[in-house]
Amino acid sequence: MRLVLEKRAEHSAKMALLSPIIAIVLTLITGGIIFALRGLDPLAALYVYFVEPLATSWSIEQLIVKATPLALIGAGLAISYRASAWNIGAEGQFTAGAILGAVIPVFLPDLQSPLTLLLMLLLGIAGGMAYASIPAFLKNRFGTNEILTSLMLVYVVQLLLDWLVRGPWRDPQGYNFPKTVAFSGWQTLPSFQLLPPSVGPVYVNLGAVFAVLAVLALAVLMGRTLKGFELSVQGLAPRAGRFSGFARNRTVWFCFLLSGGLAGLAGICEVMSTVGQLQPGISPGYGFTAIIVAFLGRLNPLGALVAAFALAISYLGGESAQVALGISDKTARVFQGILLFYILACDTLILYRLRFQGPAASLVETRT
Amino acid sequence: MSEQLLSIILTIITASTPLLLASMGELVAERSGVINLGVEGMMAVGAVSGFGAALLTGSPYLGVVAALVAGAALSLLFAFLTLTMVSNQVATGLALTLLGLGLAGLAGESFVGQPGVQLQKIHVPGLSDIPFLGPILFGQDLLVYAALIIAAGTSHVLFRTKAGLVIRAVGDSHQSAHALGYSVAGVRYLCVMFGGACAGLAGGYLSLAYTPQWVENMTAGRGWIALALVVFASWLPWRIVAGAYLFGTITVMGFALQAHGIGIPSQLLSALPYVVTILVLVVMSGNKALTRANTPACLGQPFVPDR
Amino acid sequence: MDYLLEALHVTKLFGALKANDDVTLRVKPGEIHAFLGENGAGKSTLVKMIYGALQPSAGEFRWMGRRVAIPSPAAARKLGIGMVFQHFSLFEALTVAENIALAMPGPFDMKALSARIAGVSREYGLPLEPSAVVADLSVGERQRIEIVRCLLQEPRLLIMDEPTAVLTPQEADQLFVTLTRLAGEGCAVIYISHRLEEVKRLCHNATILRHGKVVANVDPAEETAASLARLMVGGDIHVVRAAAPDAGGAVRLALSGLELEADGPFAVALKDISLEVRAGEVVAVAGVAGNGQAEFFDAVSGERRLADDAMIALDGRPVGRSGVNARRKAGAAFVPEERLGHGAVPGFTLSQNVVLTRHACDPQLARGGFVNREAATGIAARVSKAFDVRKAKPDPEARSLSGGNLQKFVVGRELDRRPGVLVVNQPTWGVDAGASATIRQAIVDLARQGSAVLVISQDLDEIFEIADRIAVISRGQLSDAYPAASLSAERIGLLMAGAHERRESAHAARA
Repeated sequence: MRLVLEKRAEHSAKMALLSPIIAIVLTLITGGIIFALRGLDPLAALYVYFVEPLATSWSIEQLIVKATPLALIGAGLAISYRASAWNIGAEGQFTAGAILGAVIPVFLPDLQSPLTLLLMLLLGIAGGMAYASIPAFLKNRFGTNEILTSLMLVYVVQLLLDWLVRGPWRDPQGYNFPKTVAFSGWQTLPSFQLLPPSVGPVYVNLGAVFAVLAVLALAVLMGRTLKGFELSVQGLAPRAGRFSGFARNRTVWFCFLLSGGLAGLAGICEVMSTVGQLQPGISPGYGFTAIIVAFLGRLNPLGALVAAFALAISYLGGESAQVALGISDKTARVFQGILLFYILACDTLILYRLRFQGPAASLVETRT
Repeated sequence: MSEQLLSIILTIITASTPLLLASMGELVAERSGVINLGVEGMMAVGAVSGFGAALLTGSPYLGVVAALVAGAALSLLFAFLTLTMVSNQVATGLALTLLGLGLAGLAGESFVGQPGVQLQKIHVPGLSDIPFLGPILFGQDLLVYAALIIAAGTSHVLFRTKAGLVIRAVGDSHQSAHALGYSVAGVRYLCVMFGGACAGLAGGYLSLAYTPQWVENMTAGRGWIALALVVFASWLPWRIVAGAYLFGTITVMGFALQAHGIGIPSQLLSALPYVVTILVLVVMSGNKALTRANTPACLGQPFVPDR
Repeated sequence: MDYLLEALHVTKLFGALKANDDVTLRVKPGEIHAFLGENGAGKSTLVKMIYGALQPSAGEFRWMGRRVAIPSPAAARKLGIGMVFQHFSLFEALTVAENIALAMPGPFDMKALSARIAGVSREYGLPLEPSAVVADLSVGERQRIEIVRCLLQEPRLLIMDEPTAVLTPQEADQLFVTLTRLAGEGCAVIYISHRLEEVKRLCHNATILRHGKVVANVDPAEETAASLARLMVGGDIHVVRAAAPDAGGAVRLALSGLELEADGPFAVALKDISLEVRAGEVVAVAGVAGNGQAEFFDAVSGERRLADDAMIALDGRPVGRSGVNARRKAGAAFVPEERLGHGAVPGFTLSQNVVLTRHACDPQLARGGFVNREAATGIAARVSKAFDVRKAKPDPEARSLSGGNLQKFVVGRELDRRPGVLVVNQPTWGVDAGASATIRQAIVDLARQGSAVLVISQDLDEIFEIADRIAVISRGQLSDAYPAASLSAERIGLLMAGAHERRESAHAARA
């Protein structure tokens, strides 16, 4: 028996919709098997992992907190990957955004006005864009592989952050902990009530609003505009893109600045809300998890929003499983990795049919 | 002074060996036309498997075997996806890295803080005792020699044997190779698994020889540097050896400077290998004549034969 | 039984498509046997099965009277079957000797092999340098590698798939000498071609395929080219009808001193190309593949910009430094050689592919940065109707169309704009006779309505059918353009081989 692929005449719209769902179901089954192997009741464990995070208003709040950066970064990456601009350094651009935005609270802690808020957000976006512009520039100018450069830059900026919060930017009153002063007032994101107390009061911060707005804007960009058309062409058939008069260099710039800016925005929002200051480890790997978000969302901004929630659940589930079942929260990363594998495998079915081939009939005939 | 120089040279050799192993494996995979961005993940899994197996059995050599097998096993997953299911190689490689790092973190949780089993350096009576040169030439652990033998073997096989010719042919034109009756997927499966085994060995070297302990994320981007080294070496095995030792030197020089208390922040020195990697990539990609001639023409392209 | 190879009731299915339907034919030793048929008639599928690259769905092959299965090319080679592919199965980055070694069984000894290569190439008059890298070789030399590779295995049957499509007439003559000699030594040759004159000249026997079925088995010497063509197409062939061009049309496309550097180690540089195309005429650029046609198209279309504005003028307007869309806005339209991935995006629908080349010059398609899908769908429907594009649903993905239908769409998409200047690279490459006729007629009609048309083609039959004047490209240089009626195939062959590269001699020849 051999597994062979048979090309479909056109892509299958049904499979395109089904593929992420099949991938999630397969991941759940695999997860259940892993739990069973560890001697846990698989159904109970899966319940703790994937259902409990949705049970309380507090956990829904947490879910939104985690989904916000994933959606912001994931939507930008989705579009870049569509155009085959492989920015995998979002984790670094996230950090760069947080660092540049933090300049205000670190050096001008007394600057307090609504404009401060705006300024910090803009600096965050600028930080992410500036950092993403390095691989974009090197790609366009020298043809340097953007995957490797954007990834290397993650390590560099994380070391820079480490140096800043241990050295020049350390809070003098911080008992030598590696962190800056705590952000306060207009240097943090305002939050507001999303759901009334009758349902269970759910507060969200401004970052979630940005995420939704960004996703909607990108959906329009991809679905309706010539720019979106350009990005799709560049990813599907670069030669045709050139024939269409689109310059590859400009596409690369656009994708890196867009996805870098969104990652920077996610970074500054994170330190202005959940974290509250600059310190090492401001991200539990959001920039890398967002890669999975982008693929699970089928490289579609709206899909990325849905996928961000799916991945946020795995983060929360990891935490609650650690408490309730005593299994490591690192299981979450394994689930995320397995999920991405299943998505990629299922995506093949959009363009191909699977067929099992027995031993070739003609081979049997030979013996006569 | 010569004591110090000796210890620096010995550290350079240990720092270079994992890079050499990982990039040599990737070179073979890429020569067959497959780019596997999962080197970092395979190294991490190799590191944790090697550490665990050595801890359980007490034998560092069984640890080495476990690292090799684990790396190859993980690469088999990648091969199935990219070769049988023809998924995007870039995306699948990233997935392999994420999965590998996750698996290694999970599996290694109970190893954190445990003292590891060290891969001992060999001692040849007489030869190893020669001052200065003895320890360098005759006093390394076995994997240091193995890495160099693998390099020589890779170079020989690729350029002097039919098997190597077939690998290069498959990487140059999978259509033509298929038309001549070669199994493109079969050749690539083997090359990817060779790459996985080498990456696993490289990881095992980190947790058994370089720093015999388990720390999460102990691969620290070396898998990515190994990928860059393949470009740096323009797909030629002996240039990989040179590149790996160059990068090992840069890493160690950072630490050496730090030890001398030169007033440079340690983070800056730690960032050096990454910055140098970027610079090297820029210089290499700027030089079209050097890279293009050896770049496998089918690198990264999926292949589905007509049936 | 003195047949070397017999195919008995062979059928090959690709999904629902019957590529070969109950094919029965016989090949004798020492016979040059032509397989004739249109594109898509099933010739390539049939020989791939004989060469073991595909397996029949039903039926059987006999080799010297014995029933055999040919599970792989290696098995075919073992039987004594060699094949020279139309799209060569060569490895550009490897040397000639390495390329040949890959097809040889037995121990791996490059030195001995190089000596054998030198021997065979001397014996059959096929000069080859074993240590040369394929990427540096011409198409003719590459074909020699394929042939030598087969000869080294002392084949009993040699399959040649469209061997002369890429050769100059002189190179083709040289090939016929080699094949005739091989046949004289008892080797059978299966010869696939759609060039009927050379089949009549060379072949002892011809099997004609249509829609996957054998429709006739004839002695080509007894037939006329017209009767063979009727058998292939199953009816009379459409001949392009064109009024004589208006001599005094204005110059609409002018190239003067066009230069372009090679953009890679294996690319061709363009040197001092000058040409004028007038309203009302079709000018063809002939040449052997790989002599700069791709670069020439990129330069004229603006996909690669030129150093000097004056190198190209459209209706007198210099556009050398403008990009492809600026040239489209100036009234030009372009059809590249590669349909899928260059002229059209395979995964895009036809209407999206309309946007691909027309978003800049059709203001209604992209207003204020937004794509107007209705307008695109309307244009796609109009083009499909005008050019009889057959498709399964109203707006399918480009990849689901057959080669001929997609080519009609890609050409029609540009003609629908009524461009003042049309540049087409290989307008009917790999396209069936019906679609070819439609496309060629449309191209000529456009010219007669006052546009200037530049056709780049390797197909001399096509060039003589539609061109008013012909220029030849060789190693990045273009000859003068001569009236088609004044040129013989032999003369073009000499130009293809580079006779015009010394300008004086070309001028002397014209005088």
